[in-house]
Amino acid sequence: MTFLDLFVSPFTDYAFMRRALAAAVILALGGTPLGVFMMLRRMTLVGDALSHAILPGVAIGFLVAGLSVWAMSLGGLIAAIIVALVAVFLVRTTQLKEDAAFTLLYLLSLGGGVTLLSMRSTGVNLLHLLFGNILAIDTQTLMLAAGVSIFSLYVLCLLYRRLVIDGFDPSFLAVTGGGRGAGWTSPLFFVLLMINLVAAFQALGTLMALGLMILPALAARFWVRNIDTILPLAMFLAIVSAYAGLLFSYYFDAPSGPAIVLVAGMGTLVSAFIGRVGSVRLYLRNGR
Amino acid sequence: MTTPLITLEDVSVSYGAHRALQTVSGSFQAGTLTAIAGPNGAGKSTLLKVIAGLLRPSRGRLLLAPGVREHMGYLPQFSASQRDYPLSVMQAASTGLWPEIGNAGALNEPRRARVCLALAEVGLAGFEGRELSALSGGEFQRLLFARLLLQEPQVLLLDEPFSAIDAETTAKLIKLLLKWHAQGRTIICVLHDLLLIHKYFPDSFVLAGKCMGRGHTHDLFEQKLLSFDLDMAELHDPNDPNEEEVSHDVP
Repeated sequence: MTFLDLFVSPFTDYAFMRRALAAAVILALGGTPLGVFMMLRRMTLVGDALSHAILPGVAIGFLVAGLSVWAMSLGGLIAAIIVALVAVFLVRTTQLKEDAAFTLLYLLSLGGGVTLLSMRSTGVNLLHLLFGNILAIDTQTLMLAAGVSIFSLYVLCLLYRRLVIDGFDPSFLAVTGGGRGAGWTSPLFFVLLMINLVAAFQALGTLMALGLMILPALAARFWVRNIDTILPLAMFLAIVSAYAGLLFSYYFDAPSGPAIVLVAGMGTLVSAFIGRVGSVRLYLRNGR
Repeated sequence: MTTPLITLEDVSVSYGAHRALQTVSGSFQAGTLTAIAGPNGAGKSTLLKVIAGLLRPSRGRLLLAPGVREHMGYLPQFSASQRDYPLSVMQAASTGLWPEIGNAGALNEPRRARVCLALAEVGLAGFEGRELSALSGGEFQRLLFARLLLQEPQVLLLDEPFSAIDAETTAKLIKLLLKWHAQGRTIICVLHDLLLIHKYFPDSFVLAGKCMGRGHTHDLFEQKLLSFDLDMAELHDPNDPNEEEVSHDVP
């Protein structure tokens, strides 16, 4: 077996593998930069909760219109917005802290979503929505993901400086940018996050939609120190994870979404041990 | 007397059931250098946040002269910035230019030169390429002063700027403050160090939940509203019959 046979032919031989790779690359390009900012804003758990929160909306879309990309995506987006607004409301008016409020809501959403789906669906559909089915991505879904990805990158360019400043010193943005729409930075960021999660759930499932966004960001942080290099490295690692995960699932007959997340997760864990910045290796070497 | 730049009219702020500030009134004239003094939990930081526009008073009003809001620089308490954010010193300092260049303005050569000048002024020449995580506490505070400088603010609000840094850096930054004051900028600085207040700040604003006194620092020392003998935590208003406890911890 040659190198080409092993690493390239699965994609040249099968259209569904090419589609899956295209979907993963598209999701990685749009979503991973958001993952980097989520990590820097210390809101990875909030993002995780939001990704689970789209399930009841997806379920309602599915019950109403069957396996329609648009109905399920719209349902998911509405559910995510409702959950985010309710979470903000609970944090402001009750003694619940942010993490607790999101935990409450995502458990509620998962329970509700799974219940709704089991009312009129087979176990296969449920599994696909929870864990994704990147090998069955159709053209419509691919186009939706591409549109979301391009839109996110564009808006992210407009928001870039504000996001950096907001993460580094939020009061600076609030004091100097008050009259320049700085208050929109966080809500817009949340909207980007939600549409990316909705675009990703078909491929990776509502349980793991965040995987390709956040794990490469965490891994990249262990190798480079500056945001200028963290961003492209994270995107690169996401694409490599997607490619390697798909190959892994092809040869070992593993479900592809989980395989991609597994590869990205292992890569992050390895980075945490041997990385050049703040890793276990450095911890042991410095003896502290 | 000219119209003050900043006027507080009966400003009250509550955190839940706790009242951090109670009907505080006062004003700040252009070009003054004022220390906000008072015991822990007196609401000093709260007052500064109200002026900065970060907190809205639950009662009362904040009046600003035209143009003040646009030319305001605010330095939060030391712990408020993320010191491990993945930026270089150059990048972090240049965020001070953001109000000027917006989202898309280029960080061109003249602007980079301005950033380098500002860094040199706070004693960070040669640090441009270093990462934030490699800076000491004092160096980080110098960096934030450089950022302030780049904003070219007319009004500077500083919250305990010397609380986490060594004496040498403090001396250097005080010199900078005095220079900015001499240039005609208005400076309001939350401080707990009475020695610094006595030595360098012509005006003071003494706070203990409410305004206990304001005016020339030396008069306030004479009136024993500021005193090296007095434990600041015991500060209270002798004329207030229904005096309340004010020494809560306020964020």
